[in-house]
Amino acid sequence: MAASLEVIGFDTFYGQSQALREFSIRLEGGKVLCLLGRNGAGKTTALKSIMGIIPPRKGKLLIDGNDLSEKPAYEIPKHGIGYVPQGRRLFSELTVRENLEIGLLTRSTGKQALEHALSYFPVLRERINQVSGTLSGGEQTMLAIARALCIEPSVLMLDEPTEGLMPSAIAAIRDVVIKLRDEGKAILLVEQRVDAVIPVADTVAFMDHGEIRETVAIDVLKDNPALLQKYVGV
Amino acid sequence: MGFGPFLFLATLEGLVQASVLVLTAVGLSLVFGVMRVVNVAHGEFFMLGAVIAWFVATNMPGDPAIGFIAALIISPLAVGAVAYVADRLILTRLNYNPEATIVATIGLLYVIQQSVLMTYGADARPVDPPFYYTIRLPWFGYSSYKLFVIAAACVLLGVIWFVLKRTKWGLLMRATQFDRETALAFGIPVRKVYSFVFAIGAGLAAIGAVLIVPIQQAHYLMGLDPLLLSFTVVIIGGLGSIQGTIFAAILIGLSDGILSVFFSPTLAKIVSTLFVAMVLVFKPNGLFAKAKR
Repeated sequence: MAASLEVIGFDTFYGQSQALREFSIRLEGGKVLCLLGRNGAGKTTALKSIMGIIPPRKGKLLIDGNDLSEKPAYEIPKHGIGYVPQGRRLFSELTVRENLEIGLLTRSTGKQALEHALSYFPVLRERINQVSGTLSGGEQTMLAIARALCIEPSVLMLDEPTEGLMPSAIAAIRDVVIKLRDEGKAILLVEQRVDAVIPVADTVAFMDHGEIRETVAIDVLKDNPALLQKYVGV
Repeated sequence: MGFGPFLFLATLEGLVQASVLVLTAVGLSLVFGVMRVVNVAHGEFFMLGAVIAWFVATNMPGDPAIGFIAALIISPLAVGAVAYVADRLILTRLNYNPEATIVATIGLLYVIQQSVLMTYGADARPVDPPFYYTIRLPWFGYSSYKLFVIAAACVLLGVIWFVLKRTKWGLLMRATQFDRETALAFGIPVRKVYSFVFAIGAGLAAIGAVLIVPIQQAHYLMGLDPLLLSFTVVIIGGLGSIQGTIFAAILIGLSDGILSVFFSPTLAKIVSTLFVAMVLVFKPNGLFAKAKR
């Protein structure tokens, strides 16, 4: 069976500087793969390369078996990849509704997709006409995830969604990630916080200097904290 | 004529100038706001609009109003098409690099200007207004066409506002303006949006030119003044801010009109330049610029 997301041998550069080396992952629906690593390890670059924002010089991208390697960046989300960027990157001067409408641009089933996305975060309904830059940090993260869900993705990529949030907001986001996983979405999660990873991840890939150095099941990680010391420094 | 009526006349003249300026400057502001391109050729799109309006109006048989209406439709479309091609051939290939696009649009300025000189010639040529009716006020008579220019600009600003705030294309433009990278990640074809915006910006300058050619004559060097005034307006209002551009265009247009009538056009230019200098010193991002995020 084809994987939901398969990346084969990405080499990505910033000018002359190589940021990803032979980056490869394979992710099935209903699973969470977490990328862990220190700052500058290449985690965010990996997500941006998958989205085509920083196109790789070499490598293949397959979504549900379809080869998207030659597609321009704006075509990639149409094939079912939702992206929650680092720092949320909402269109902060637009309202909650307008941010969600941008997520709906790739879909013809607009109203249904919007209702479905809002069902995960009922609080956004109350804020629907509010300018998104005035939301709290937790609400902004919820909106960023809801905006990505409006694409009706089979693969969801989240880049440090718990960054800067209070524990209650982190718990709410974690619960939604678990729910989405249980509904069959393939989730690629980038995190710095190990405690946010352990409850949701099935597999953890450790990155260093743009390469995946080791991939382990979450149970192995729980039994082997030395791995965290080696790759994350905690 | 007493001071009051004289001031009223000067204000009307200022509003006519402001109406044309606001359309031209909003085009420039839109291009900078969405694409981050400082389009030095913007005044030449204005000039091209005026020259095409002359060609269309002159070659259209029948009532001058038919020629004018045809010019109002054909000229912005033709200028928009030229801008679209220029974007695809030049700006896209420069990857919209801010410095490179300034140099490229300077080149485009000369290409358009000299092409018009070679084909249209160096003469200034008038276009007949669509109607000549004079409105009799208690103190003086005033051209109904000039009032039409003010009304047309108001309607067009309303249309621009509607497109930006209430349509899917407006949402695409605003999203691209705020964050190009995230727009791409949500399936927005950013380069197509850029080409569209560049064409719209040029088309707005052309509409301003078509409205003004029955008042000023079409000439191959007529692009310089609108370019400088548009930059003045956009700097005062805040680069990329449409509200700021509208406010500054009315301010500059009115001050230009009033000072030109009461004193001299030269003094009017000195005052608008002084405005720019004060804004650059005290509020360098413009009066309506938002705090950086």
